[in-house]
Amino acid sequence: MADASYPDDLLYHTEHDWARLDGDTATFGVTWYAQDSLGEIVFFDPPEVGSTVTKDEPYAEVESVKAVSDVYAPLSGEIVEVNTGLGDAPEAINDDPYGEGWLVKVRLSDPSETDELMDAAAYTSSLP
Amino acid sequence: MSRYTAVTETDLKEMLAEIGVASLDELFDAQVPAGVRLGRELDLPPGLPEQDVYAHLRELAARNVSVEDELSFLGAGMYDHYVPSLIDMLMERSEFLTPYTPYQPEISQGGLQVMFEYQTAICELTALPVSNASVYEGPSAVAAAGYLAKLANGRPRFVVSAGLHPHARETLRTMAHGYGAELVEVPLRDGVTDPDAWAGAIDERTGAVFFQNPNFYGAVEDAEALAGAAKESGAVVIGSYDAITLGVLKPPGECGVDVAVGEGQPLGNRLDFGGPSFGWFAATEAYQRRMPGRIAGETRDVDGRRGFVLTLQTREQHIRREKATSNICTAQALNALGGVAYLTWLGRAGIVELGELLLARTAYARDALCALDGVEALHTQPVIREFAVRLDAPVARVLARCREQGVNPGLPLDDDGLLVAITERRTRADIDRLAETVGAAVAAEREAVGARA
Repeated sequence: MADASYPDDLLYHTEHDWARLDGDTATFGVTWYAQDSLGEIVFFDPPEVGSTVTKDEPYAEVESVKAVSDVYAPLSGEIVEVNTGLGDAPEAINDDPYGEGWLVKVRLSDPSETDELMDAAAYTSSLP
Repeated sequence: MSRYTAVTETDLKEMLAEIGVASLDELFDAQVPAGVRLGRELDLPPGLPEQDVYAHLRELAARNVSVEDELSFLGAGMYDHYVPSLIDMLMERSEFLTPYTPYQPEISQGGLQVMFEYQTAICELTALPVSNASVYEGPSAVAAAGYLAKLANGRPRFVVSAGLHPHARETLRTMAHGYGAELVEVPLRDGVTDPDAWAGAIDERTGAVFFQNPNFYGAVEDAEALAGAAKESGAVVIGSYDAITLGVLKPPGECGVDVAVGEGQPLGNRLDFGGPSFGWFAATEAYQRRMPGRIAGETRDVDGRRGFVLTLQTREQHIRREKATSNICTAQALNALGGVAYLTWLGRAGIVELGELLLARTAYARDALCALDGVEALHTQPVIREFAVRLDAPVARVLARCREQGVNPGLPLDDDGLLVAITERRTRADIDRLAETVGAAVAAEREAVGARA
């Protein structure tokens, strides 16, 4: 498992999700803190491509050996891609939460929502 | 005051005095709104001495007629198959008979191994990759399959064949009402689900489709066609099967069925006044995380030895709370043990032989009954172990005449229909006696009608 890290180029949501902006789309994932709290992840249940997600609402589930947890959307939009590689290797969420362990890509419907997210410093200081 | 209630008159007076109320009536008057009170004594007979109660219960018990006392062709979901004594021997072992559900399940390796072997048998029987450790009984397995569909796609309509057992339809309707799903019933045509009405009823709002095979009227459904018609829609295809017939029927997993369920009683459990029994539940891998109940899994311990665990527990109520796949974390483990013991006793060849025997005897019985004056087949579909006929006489009166002769010809259906079940316990001579008795009863009833006319 990777060491704790919170990259500066990401935006963070209080439910321990991150978003990486790229024009009008964003990649979502869960933070190092989230995967560490969940423990060994054994299954990712992705949403369907084409479905819509709403900021602060659950859009997918991750299952660890301890629990099944909702994953919250940090921003609103439409799912354009899901990380199918997680089907066979869900542990990538533990090993590389900001890289191979990304969850979905979303075309944003309201880019102004990014104002409500935290930067790495604010998120890190919010952690217990 | 009843000797079983530990409140004496003195106790009562002290308690009432303590809270400052003069009598029980005054307490209730003050606390329970008049609108919800009965306002009179319960309509119950007075108490009886113990000896009289015993005599009364003896009299009631003597009215029971078991399948040992008459020649019974009752079925409709529960069947009088022979239960070999080895099953009683296993089920009565105290390790299986007496424990409550283990809260540290891995301490009970034997119990988990039985569940694992049971699941393996159900998977082999259904050609589906995942089975749980059983649910309460057949109808609740159907209803649980509906809830699986609700969790999987959340669509608001269930399309249900009229050939699904009425008890299963009723249980499903009751459960579905709770989460707002509506049932659309598809009628039968010549004894099987009307294929045009079935296809027409399925749309993008359909969360699941339900059929039974063989259906309630004994007819073998075209499971592949029914499943195929639903595939495009993305609805979960749910088939309720009679496990005994899976030695000769194409298994659900090879017909495009996503979730197969059924009543477990015919597998090594006696009729026992209707229960307890068990329900079996198997699914494709796509739905394994939506399945209700417990699943035993095989694993290796730290030293590499084979062992068993309860697996995928993250779906369950004690971990997932309100988002669990079911509020039941229970298996009918003892009854399912009877099921796996029975399947093991039969073996791979035995269940095929049993199915072939039932096919032959049922065909013989159907021919024998339909050859009688005043009896015709309700449908002409292939049957395996049960069939339906229509009588040209009042069915209730025909049944009463037959039962006076010690023969119970089966379950009465609407419009003087009769559902007749065959098991290996009913010999050809028994079937000849059935035909003779029903023939005489129908003739007598038609004569009686003629005489009145």
